[in-house]
Amino acid sequence: MLEIEIDGKTLTVPDGSTIMDAAHQCGTHIPHFCYHKKLSIAANCRMCLVEVEKAPKPLPACATPVSPGMKVQTHSAMAKKAQQGVMEFLLINHPLDCPICDQGGECQLQDLAVGYGGGVSRYEEEKRVVVGKDMGPLVSAEEMSRCIHCTRCVRFTEEIGGFQEIGMANRGEHSEILPFLNKTVESEISGNVIDLCPVGALTSKPFRYTARPWELSRRKSVSPHDGLGANLIVQVKQGRVMRVLPRENEAVNECWIADRDRFSYEALNSTARLTSPRIKQGGVWQDVDWQTALDYVAHGLQCIAKEQGAEKIGVLASPHSTLEELYLLQKLMRGMGNGNIDSRLRTSDFAADMAESGAPWLGVAVDEINKQNAILLVGSNLRKEQPLLAARVRAAVKKGAQLSQIGVFNEDPLCKLHANQLVSPSDLVSRLAAVVAAAAAVKDVAVPEALGGIVANVDATAESIAASLIAAESALILLGDVAQRHPQYSVLRQLAQALSDISGARVGIPAEAANSVGAYVAGAVPHKGALGVTAKTGLNAAQMLSSPLQAYVLFNTDIESDSENSAQAITAMQAAKMVVVCSPFQNELANDYADVMLPVAPFTETAGTFINMEGLVQGFNGVVKPLAETRPGWKVLRVLGNLLQLPGFEYSSAEQVRDEVLSGNKADVKNLLNNAVAEQSVACSVVSGLQRIGEVPLYQADNLVRRAESLQQTKDAGVVCASLNPATAADLGLADGGMVKVTQTGSLQLPLTLDERVPTGCVRVIAAHPATVALGASFGPISVERA
Amino acid sequence: MLSAESLAKIDFEVSKYPPEQKRSAVMGALRIAQVEKGWLAPETIEFVANYLQIAPVAAYEVATFYNMYDRKPLGKHKLTVCTNLPCALSGGVDAGKYLQQKLGIGYGETTADGKYTLVEGECMGACGDAPVMLLNNHKMCSFMTNEAIDKKLAELE
Amino acid sequence: MAIFESGVIFEGVDTSDLNCWTLDAYQARGGYQALRRILEGKMTQDDLIAEVKGSGLRGRGGAGFPTGLKWSFMPRNFPGDKYVVCNSDEGEPGTFKDRDIMRFNPHSLIEGMIIAGYAMGAKAGYNYIHGEIFEVYELFEIALDQARKAGLLGNNILGSGFNFDLFAHHGYGAYICGEETALLESLEGKKGQPRFKPPFPASFGLYGKPTTINNTESFASVPFIVRDGAQKFLEQGKPNNGGTKLFSISGHVNRPGNYEIPLGTPFAALLEMAGGMRGGKKLKAVIPGGSSAPVLPGEIMMDLTMDYDSIAKAGSMLGSGAVIVMNEDICMVKALERLAYFYHEESCGQCTPCREGTGWLYRVIHRIENGLGRPGDLELLDSVGNNMAGRTICALADAAVFPVRSFTKHFRNEFEYHIEHKKCLVNHKWC
Ligand SMILES: Cc1cc2nc3c(=O)[nH]c(=O)nc-3n(C[C@H](O)[C@H](O)[C@H](O)COP(=O)(O)O)c2cc1C
Ligand code: SF4
Ligand code: FES
Repeated sequence: MLEIEIDGKTLTVPDGSTIMDAAHQCGTHIPHFCYHKKLSIAANCRMCLVEVEKAPKPLPACATPVSPGMKVQTHSAMAKKAQQGVMEFLLINHPLDCPICDQGGECQLQDLAVGYGGGVSRYEEEKRVVVGKDMGPLVSAEEMSRCIHCTRCVRFTEEIGGFQEIGMANRGEHSEILPFLNKTVESEISGNVIDLCPVGALTSKPFRYTARPWELSRRKSVSPHDGLGANLIVQVKQGRVMRVLPRENEAVNECWIADRDRFSYEALNSTARLTSPRIKQGGVWQDVDWQTALDYVAHGLQCIAKEQGAEKIGVLASPHSTLEELYLLQKLMRGMGNGNIDSRLRTSDFAADMAESGAPWLGVAVDEINKQNAILLVGSNLRKEQPLLAARVRAAVKKGAQLSQIGVFNEDPLCKLHANQLVSPSDLVSRLAAVVAAAAAVKDVAVPEALGGIVANVDATAESIAASLIAAESALILLGDVAQRHPQYSVLRQLAQALSDISGARVGIPAEAANSVGAYVAGAVPHKGALGVTAKTGLNAAQMLSSPLQAYVLFNTDIESDSENSAQAITAMQAAKMVVVCSPFQNELANDYADVMLPVAPFTETAGTFINMEGLVQGFNGVVKPLAETRPGWKVLRVLGNLLQLPGFEYSSAEQVRDEVLSGNKADVKNLLNNAVAEQSVACSVVSGLQRIGEVPLYQADNLVRRAESLQQTKDAGVVCASLNPATAADLGLADGGMVKVTQTGSLQLPLTLDERVPTGCVRVIAAHPATVALGASFGPISVERA
Repeated sequence: MLSAESLAKIDFEVSKYPPEQKRSAVMGALRIAQVEKGWLAPETIEFVANYLQIAPVAAYEVATFYNMYDRKPLGKHKLTVCTNLPCALSGGVDAGKYLQQKLGIGYGETTADGKYTLVEGECMGACGDAPVMLLNNHKMCSFMTNEAIDKKLAELE
Repeated sequence: MAIFESGVIFEGVDTSDLNCWTLDAYQARGGYQALRRILEGKMTQDDLIAEVKGSGLRGRGGAGFPTGLKWSFMPRNFPGDKYVVCNSDEGEPGTFKDRDIMRFNPHSLIEGMIIAGYAMGAKAGYNYIHGEIFEVYELFEIALDQARKAGLLGNNILGSGFNFDLFAHHGYGAYICGEETALLESLEGKKGQPRFKPPFPASFGLYGKPTTINNTESFASVPFIVRDGAQKFLEQGKPNNGGTKLFSISGHVNRPGNYEIPLGTPFAALLEMAGGMRGGKKLKAVIPGGSSAPVLPGEIMMDLTMDYDSIAKAGSMLGSGAVIVMNEDICMVKALERLAYFYHEESCGQCTPCREGTGWLYRVIHRIENGLGRPGDLELLDSVGNNMAGRTICALADAAVFPVRSFTKHFRNEFEYHIEHKKCLVNHKWC
């Protein structure tokens, strides 16, 4: 620590601080553009020049380290003159088109020009014109003459995004910000450059020209997408969501949000919304009032319960639903006498359910990810599953952490890999087992007996992964989406557990959805009640779909896209006597299989709670009124509970529901989190033939992103094709590409792509996509032949 | 994309730097690619970037920052005349004018027969030899009086 | 053709001999004796650095920073790699000495860098060569090969157990890469954009490792200092200005070229050596240290000696030792316009004052030159310049402002005449 003086104020600051850091500490504002606390220091805008005693010239506060006894003047004549000089330079070539600029009203250049700019321009030469650039469907770079060359966007893509997608080409006055020719920006967190750009050069393509910032009210919310629970500011004009921005929360999303958090709001305003309750009568859909619709549902469910038994009814709810909704759903089901409720729609192996010690979670706090020294990703394409968590992993790797992966896609994590093993889905088990065996050998302990049946050849990769986990002070084994959806998930969990026991690394299960953890807490799983208490058990998601029930309540889900086996889900729905869809959206396929549709509110139109992957409970309120006849889900379920004459459905607010499930005590949640599984004997099932790799594309992961127009225009919406490793294609006589026919439950004709990143013996066809719903299990057997 | 010979030359450049610093070879690699292809098309830049495992836009930044990378097709011979002050004082500007008149083109232009592209250059660190003309980026021609220019162009015919 | 007097670097070099650059020729002149003496005598790093300090050698790249002192800044017990880098990106208009060192006597540079590597415990060195002199780059690669084959580079140099390797890297047309940190960025395969200092290269240089950068001429002076002794070097110049220095004379003289002469030689004598004014014209102005140095009127120049202190006292800089001589036929507005254009085109573009200011300066001067000057333009130039100088990461902005200030100061009447009468005061002829 050392003592310095800023504008006459004495303060003590840590060694290695810059003048800018110190100024923040004492609340002094120093004007700046290029400086950003999360990016490297460029010191190129020169706006932050300040006077330092004994220095002959003004120094940039953002880059100048403090030294003992330093005396800084941020507003002296020298400092002011320097700052005003820089402001003049920034403005001479700026178009000054503020009245029509999208950034108007929230532009740092505009704001600072008021304080530091001159009234008239001394520059009478011709102004520079820079042609616009195409950065893809999300970020607009139409007005690049406004750019002030701060390079924040460039540094963001390189340092936070992990791959430099934007550059500053040319030299001097000809410098231009651009993506590589004919390439757009593809990062899953690219939208942050819009916030970072201090002027109106990079703007939001979907938002631009739709509102002026001062017309927008700012409401707090929480992202309904991945399990991180990014904090949001939702901006509203006349009852409509116009824009979504990050709300800073250092421990969760820092100051970033992923593109789906930012742009999915487009779905909320889309024509795909369901606007009124509807009932299908004689094959024709009819809008009805709520009373009629709910009476119909209650009556239908009661009839089936009476005639066939309540266990013939199942509830499948999306883990993107609120805690309140999930809680009431299970209360409703269990009140009717069965536990057929599940929110783990994409899980296929539930064998570990009864061996679980608690709700699966990240295993560490989100902000501890950056502090890990070794991380092993098992079955994860983390960038596309958890965009901001992946950014934290990259930050850890930058600081020296060793990242290893055993995966089925071989996608580039955009950071250095210590070890990388590309395997077919079935080999995921044996390769993780090999790491367990390697770790056991190093530590000279036995592999748990129950796992002895798995054949695992220890190879150099397994050894180096094991060594890295053992050597690390803090190590984490993350089971990603592929692992969680894997046909042998329970085995993977046990292996991870064993590896954890042997190596000292912790196990983390990053929640797929905003409320996956909340769903456990709410008891929206068949094997446990709310808060983990024993309750009436029932069928899990896979069971409910593999042997069709008489009635389904689908909550906030497009079941054919959200379940592990789309073809099976469709068959089950078609076979059921009654399907009740509670959703904010219309759904083409549901028009066919459903009987009732109830418009329930998306996250912006209801109060609710999400519990994120580290167990953080985050409540939020509706930011706009529900659209048309839409009603908050908790209210709909409350009325349904009343109509079914179930006790305990007298709530007058979402808070009441929340207080009931959390027993008024948030702290309890952390005690429910536990990734440990009891030992169960397992065997490695032998898989022969081709296997499908059916990952869920980033922008097909939930019902909102699926209907967000701009996100759908990106590559991450999913490319429909059959990808094969060239070697596999050659074996099958398909080396020269063309169209192929792939067959699981149903068949599809797809273009064939040869891709080295696909493991041999596999066919990669995306799941959760309207074009591939005819196929079956995402990681099941598949055949391919020339079309 | 590039010949085996060019790739071998690039590998030699790569060998100069520590193994984890392949990026250092990008200037040499772009130069080698340009010599083979005549100019740097976007695909060429991308190829070099991929070869060195760096971001294409990072290679593009380099290709646009340094004057001697040619990002448009140009004449068979590129003639760069230095007109900076020291050279101007010893005939640099005049040599440039003579070339413009003789070839019938201005700076930045290519003759109709595609033979010559004339470029106005900055200091080449050879002011003592003024007027100087750089031929195809790599060959320095000194004391380029009108007669010397005539002779040089005749050699290039 | 380059013309040399005897001196430190070119002593015994017959530039008319096509083989004067080879290893054999260099060794025949006593080359690599310094290195052998160091390795055989197991000279300590401290003694070596003390010797260089004692010579009074000041950096020949422009700033004139004492070389020995710079070497002593390198961390001694640093656990990782360290580097020495040579700045042969000679692009300062008027400077062309490093090119001649490398084409006539490359081994003096190689030996100097090996000695520097030894003195500072560096693992490797890089010589960054200006792109436009590509043939010199190719020749230097051959010279390196000769040295490597002779066991002078690589592992276990001359059986001493000392390891050091040296590589050539070329620029490709960017003046700014002469700035040492821009050069490092460029050497790392990036755009040549200068880095903010601190940290200085001695603690965070190439690849983030401790690095010392010197100019070609600085390194090439080192073998002499070690072989013949610091004192002998010092004596060749004058106190605080040790040694001989290469001056690149260009412009209106009869024999432009490089002259290696003792520091402290009168300018008049240097002009004489260069054959005097071409065509017997009158000397009007001299830029004594490369285009970035303030211009001085001829009369003032004729009273100065060529050394750091004398030129500085007159308000200019010895800089890189590039002496640009202009006669009475030159319109100073036109001359300045050309320099302003250069800095405008060569600004790397990262700092706002430099990126925007160099263009502004050029456009105003261009306007004046083209008869569109307005009253107040000279004050505007002054004010814009003041907002640039000292406000940027590197000194290019200052380098752009110095000529503007000095031209408009010493030749103000020509600028005023231009603004008022929309034409040149003199009947301008470039040459
Ligand atoms: C814009 C600019 C251009 C420069 N150009 C050169 C150059 O061409 N050659 C050179 O040796 N130094 C040049 N320098 C100086 C270098 O930054 C550095 O001071 C020098 O290489 C150090 O070597 P020395 O101590 O041996 O002089 C330049 C500096 C600036 C600011
Ligand atoms: S002063 Fe100019 S050349 Fe130097 S770093 Fe700044 S912008 Fe680049
Ligand atoms: S904020 Fe310091 S230079 Fe830009």
